[in-house]
Amino acid sequence: METHKAKRVAIIIEAPMERRLSDALISAGVTGFSILPVLGGSGRSGKWSREGQVSRAGGMVQVVCIIRPERLDALLDAAFKVVENHIGVVTIGDCEVLRAERF
Amino acid sequence: MDGILALAAANLGSPIILSFALGLAASLARSELTVPEAVAKGMSIYLLFAIGFKGGAAVAANGLDAALIGALLAGAVLSFAIPFVAFGLLRVMTKLSTLDAAAVAAHYGSISIVTFVAATSVLNSQGIASEGYMVAVAAVMEAPAIVAALFLVSRTTGGSGRMDAELWREILLNGSIVLLVGSFAIGWITGEDGLAQISSFIISPFQGVLCLFLLDMGLVAGRGLRQARGVMTAPVFMFGLLMPLLGGSFGLVTGLLLGLSTGGVVLMTTLAASASYIAVPAAMRVALPEANPSIYLTLSLGVTFPFNLTLGIPIYVAVASALTGG
Repeated sequence: METHKAKRVAIIIEAPMERRLSDALISAGVTGFSILPVLGGSGRSGKWSREGQVSRAGGMVQVVCIIRPERLDALLDAAFKVVENHIGVVTIGDCEVLRAERF
Repeated sequence: MDGILALAAANLGSPIILSFALGLAASLARSELTVPEAVAKGMSIYLLFAIGFKGGAAVAANGLDAALIGALLAGAVLSFAIPFVAFGLLRVMTKLSTLDAAAVAAHYGSISIVTFVAATSVLNSQGIASEGYMVAVAAVMEAPAIVAALFLVSRTTGGSGRMDAELWREILLNGSIVLLVGSFAIGWITGEDGLAQISSFIISPFQGVLCLFLLDMGLVAGRGLRQARGVMTAPVFMFGLLMPLLGGSFGLVTGLLLGLSTGGVVLMTTLAASASYIAVPAAMRVALPEANPSIYLTLSLGVTFPFNLTLGIPIYVAVASALTGG
């Protein structure tokens, strides 16, 4: 089966910044992404967990986008403006998709 | 003094405090006991709805008086002013950076609605009446502290927090405020008839749900304390015990000047003494992302909240009762 090269960008960011990041992505023309909850983890501020939390402040989410390689820079420019000063991780990887017209 | 000790002893032996202690102990002992996030949020929604509705129904039953406007204004002023005191105290007592101190100060100007709920529970158990509209005062006190903290940052560092229209919307329309004010309005509109219709849901199970919620708070507080040993220095820890007494004294004087009932003075004191751990932490992550969340979350939830719950509220009740003759 024919596959097409694409980029997979995964951004883990503080939950209170979720709306700002998704708005920035949409403004940059990136309309396809998924938002996943992050259950817990550990970082420079220590370990954390979502268990029993009422506030979103202590939580993180992961925003995952699959895009064509030529659109990567626009996505990163938009995302960087939001995530620059915040706790989180941005990773970029290569992947392949079956239906290129959808990305 | 005997009154304070007797009240503190009774409070410490109550189901809600023992539930909190169970959660705290379980967490510190690294038990696998946990409350799922969705359950914790569900209980929080229940408690906010119940406390708001009952406040509104009480206002409908007793009527509004001019003190409402005064209490709302005083609450907003307290919320704005207390961060300046907290910030000054932090700069004197601790070595926290300006940003961290400002972020912590914002938490102490704002309020903890669960501490407020616990205080109303203690008042009910003591048969002390309070003004129903104190729920609305609690809602008003959420936001001004955040503005004060950002003002402190701009004055002391020359920089500024990231306060934009979107953040304003999030602060003023955060779920807690909308639910509290909305259920207060429903309780006010429907009055005693409305309360009678749902009393089996919002009155009878209230204490049980509060116990479970405080069990969860104990678990979260214990986890925070375990994980924040590095940032929780002795002076910072002492601030978490001293500031509620200082803030509470401002609330006490305000309540007395407003001529509130004994219960009203206790609630105003409790609001001024409590520290936010829902609305303000989220706002600080957006507005002051460089501030360390471990410090303010642990101080608010791991130090000040347990202090208010166990010793603070009995002290506030005893002092307010002595000063109002209640």
